Amino acid sequence: MDLLQVTALSKSFRGVRAVTSASFSVEQGAIVALIGPNGAGKTTIFNMLAGVLTPDAGQIHYAGQAIHGLRPDQVCAAGIGRTFQIVKPFAGLSVLDNVIVGALARSAGVGEARRHALRVLERIGLEARRDMPAAALTLPDRKRLEVARALATRPRLLLLDEVMAGLRPTETDQMVAFFRDLNRSDGLTILLIEHVMRAVMALAQRVVVLHHGEIIANGAPEDVVRDPAVLESYLGEDAEV
Amino acid sequence: MNRRSLVLAALLAAGLLLLPAFAGPYLLSVVTLILFFAYAGQAWNVMMGFAGQLSLGHSLYVGIGAYVSAGLFFHYGIGPWAGIWASMLACVAAGAVIGFLAFRFGISGVYFALLTIAFAEFTRIGFDHINALGGPGGLFIKVSQRETWDLLNLRGPPAMFYYVMLALAVGAFALCTWLLRSRAGYYWQAIRENEEAAQALGINTFRWKMLAVMLSAAMTSLAGVFFAFYYNNLFPEQIFNISRSIEIILGPVIGGVGTLFGPILGAAVLTVLADSITELLAALGWEFPGVKQVFYGCVLLVVVMFLPHGIWPALARRLGLGRTAGKD
Repeated sequence: MDLLQVTALSKSFRGVRAVTSASFSVEQGAIVALIGPNGAGKTTIFNMLAGVLTPDAGQIHYAGQAIHGLRPDQVCAAGIGRTFQIVKPFAGLSVLDNVIVGALARSAGVGEARRHALRVLERIGLEARRDMPAAALTLPDRKRLEVARALATRPRLLLLDEVMAGLRPTETDQMVAFFRDLNRSDGLTILLIEHVMRAVMALAQRVVVLHHGEIIANGAPEDVVRDPAVLESYLGEDAEV
Repeated sequence: MNRRSLVLAALLAAGLLLLPAFAGPYLLSVVTLILFFAYAGQAWNVMMGFAGQLSLGHSLYVGIGAYVSAGLFFHYGIGPWAGIWASMLACVAAGAVIGFLAFRFGISGVYFALLTIAFAEFTRIGFDHINALGGPGGLFIKVSQRETWDLLNLRGPPAMFYYVMLALAVGAFALCTWLLRSRAGYYWQAIRENEEAAQALGINTFRWKMLAVMLSAAMTSLAGVFFAFYYNNLFPEQIFNISRSIEIILGPVIGGVGTLFGPILGAAVLTVLADSITELLAALGWEFPGVKQVFYGCVLLVVVMFLPHGIWPALARRLGLGRTAGKD
């Protein structure tokens, strides 16, 4: 069953077409990667899914319900969590308070939200830094916090916008293992934008390739990386992945 | 709260409760003024300190709150305890209009602050033309029976006003303490820190910003009612003036924006120092019109340069009141 279904989605900015009639779907329980060169329209698609942008044309269905045109908070309430490419921590608040804000989305009160937030922090390995102000975190920890906050809203679908960018290979592998575990044990469905091919190949069950706002390939990672169109436009002729 | 802060709080509470017994009229009026600014600062802090929405026009709510209650009392003999509800309602409505215009059409930051000034200014001009409320000549409430406590009509000696203001200040402090630990506090602070991220976490930012503005307006309206019955006279030129808005925000800015004790501490420091300087100059026989404003400017300059987060966070650390004393 498809949890997310994107049909003929288009968006232009002042006449420049950022996304042209893009269609793809994400099955319940899958991990799907959205890749493509810079400016291909990946983040534009994400922002339409998350309710930040309204599509010019096309539909987005989540769990059978039309969600295009909803506000970001309504999209979150529907069960979609997201991270930002450029992390947006609540810098002045503690790490724990950051996650409590997310947890409040599905908690009756602050006490319950705090307990849930602590569980999320423990799972992602940030519990030792829970009293630090978010502004004092290192970049890898900020990326973790970004994920923890989104997870605290208890999403069924998680949208990850380049969470591996800027991480060292060992940190990337930790993140990959973390998402795999979430996917397997909690049944969390994940759609990720990623440039780090190491992470894409390790995580994704399916890869959607975007180029100039159009989808040029959609399939298993091994097949996509051998696709001549993908090699030419994005990975390069002599890519080794 | 640790033991140290409990002892400090107990001492402060005892001192404040017993103050009228040993304080002269001058000291009592100064402390009443401190409490007034602590209360108004606390109200402003809900909007700016908690939710991050800068208002530079809070005199609007002081003025409307004051005029509505005073007008009802003056014309219909309706006492302030009934009047406060009308005042609050009027201010909440005014706040809702400003908030709706700003937040619906995406006006934020400096432009939002300008909008708040604009509303205060044209309301001031508007009140100059309401003859039923005295116009530019002012509205005067009859001063009577300064000796007996008439709480029902808020007519009485300075000590009564002192206790009323103390109750308001304590109430505002308790309300803000509770708010900061509730869902509203978390949501407001999230909006203040990063609105886009807050929205992505399921927060209806429009609704919560509206709530902050309306609550802040309602709280500030009570300061206006107090003002009207304490001073017994109202002039649009004076009560809606932008300098009044600035006076309200100086306390929390100097004490610490977004903290619970900041507005109180800031109001105390400013009022005491400004009054001492005025008194000192008067004793020396010098008279400088506007010396208070110059002084405010200097204090603001020093605090912004050396203690950008305000006096309270630095003081709390120094007193060993814990890392979270300022925040929680």
